[in-house]
Amino acid sequence: MSLRGRRALELALTIASPILLLLLWEAISRSGRIDRLFWPPPSSLWDTAKSMFTDDDLLGETWITVERILFGFAMGAIPGVIIGLLMGISWPVRAFLMPIATAIYAIPKIALLPLVLIAFGTGEMARWVIVALSIFFVVALSTMGGVLSLDDIFTDVARNFGGGRWTLFRTVALPGATPAIFTGLRLALGFALIVVVGTEFVRPNGGIGSLIWESYSILSIKKMYVGLVVTGVLGWVLVLVLDLIERLLVPWRQAR
Amino acid sequence: MEIALARATVEMPKRGNVSRQPLVQIRGLGRVFESAAGPVTAIHDVDLDLRQGEFLAIVGPSGCGKTTLLRIVAGLETPTSGEVDTAGLPSDRPANAMVFQGRSVFPWLTVEQNAAYGLSIHRSAKRDKAKIIDRLLETVGLSGFRKAYPHQLSEGMRQRVAIARALAVDPELLLMDEPFGSLDEQTRFILQDEVLRIWHETGKTVVVVTHSIDEALTLADRVVVMTAHPGTIKDVVPVTLARPRDQATMRSDPEFARLFGRIWESLRTEVLDSRAAGAGR
Repeated sequence: MSLRGRRALELALTIASPILLLLLWEAISRSGRIDRLFWPPPSSLWDTAKSMFTDDDLLGETWITVERILFGFAMGAIPGVIIGLLMGISWPVRAFLMPIATAIYAIPKIALLPLVLIAFGTGEMARWVIVALSIFFVVALSTMGGVLSLDDIFTDVARNFGGGRWTLFRTVALPGATPAIFTGLRLALGFALIVVVGTEFVRPNGGIGSLIWESYSILSIKKMYVGLVVTGVLGWVLVLVLDLIERLLVPWRQAR
Repeated sequence: MEIALARATVEMPKRGNVSRQPLVQIRGLGRVFESAAGPVTAIHDVDLDLRQGEFLAIVGPSGCGKTTLLRIVAGLETPTSGEVDTAGLPSDRPANAMVFQGRSVFPWLTVEQNAAYGLSIHRSAKRDKAKIIDRLLETVGLSGFRKAYPHQLSEGMRQRVAIARALAVDPELLLMDEPFGSLDEQTRFILQDEVLRIWHETGKTVVVVTHSIDEALTLADRVVVMTAHPGTIKDVVPVTLARPRDQATMRSDPEFARLFGRIWESLRTEVLDSRAAGAGR
């Protein structure tokens, strides 16, 4: 098969799988073999979604969730990158922080939500903090890994030109670790979405998670489905934006 | 070949004031590494003078400590005994710059950013910097690739970038650790010619570590032969081949064959010893 033919088939198959799934669902739902209240045909969700834009401020609710993700993400990712770089560069820092990092890394951070609520009250701050906690360690550890995997030869070059610790940090560790940092950030973004939606389930106060949970509570199942679809699209868009930023900041990364 | 002719008639290096004092004096130099299996002597009791403007090659079997010797001279490692007297080197600018073995060019910088790396650390004036980089990229034949990233270049071009980066800081001493080891033979010949041309033009003192006798004879005024385990200097062979050296005619010179034979004879026993000693490694 020619390369172009293969590409075309690949694209067709990629598009085909979600469409097939939706068609199957539509067909079964319409046939009445499953309860249409809980498994409404996908085609019926369109009208629900349209009304939700006006009646339920769907965009506004989505934006509340996006804001929570962004604040929490920044609060966790920025310290994560800095601590990760320090852990990569300095073995004493690494030896000191590694046991704590690996131990806490394994705890599902959402389990800490009660503690966070006690410490930070029940406002927005608690949501940001739980997101920050959830992503800090994955960002720090992958940043550290990025620094550690850098060839010693780059350090030698910097030292040979008389570069000190700050030069090493700025010209070798930071740029060299950026691909690994972005790998960590991509994972972190997924975590952040999960945790924000989770907190909105537990303590509904606006946001797409609250919308899903409240729709479920009043058996407004179609609205719940619309909320799920919006959540999925949101996750996809956030990763696209991150990929775009990476392409701008890491132009030297070889095409994968 | 105008440049080469100019060199043939001018005996003195360009930078006036030639002193008889060697540029670098290495005395009783030793380096012992601690390893899990106990101390390992990388080099032992090395005496060597680097003369201003000369091209010196160091050959030896793998693991003979030739890279360690070079790294000590570069200041990247400290000796456990002996000393390197660099009183002959200038103090107002970087005394040495190294062209490393393997992939030392920063993948995250463009060709021109890589070439300017040493200069940016030394915070030299911006205007000068641009001019120096222009000229150097011209010299190493990379003018058309200023904005390219290393992964877009061939291995040979990347090594040219490394050479430009080292030369940019105008070091008195250019150190090269197996600079062409990973290149194919034809690319290697071309880069050897270019390094010789640059050496002619700049009058720098160059030390190259290589495993290739052929490369050592192509480039050097003197070839230092090292023993293995521990690394010591076994022989220093003056290379009397006429300059400028041409890759083809040089190899048909009977002197080339004689020198090759002498160095290989000296090395052969070392390589065999080294393989016996290092069999478990």
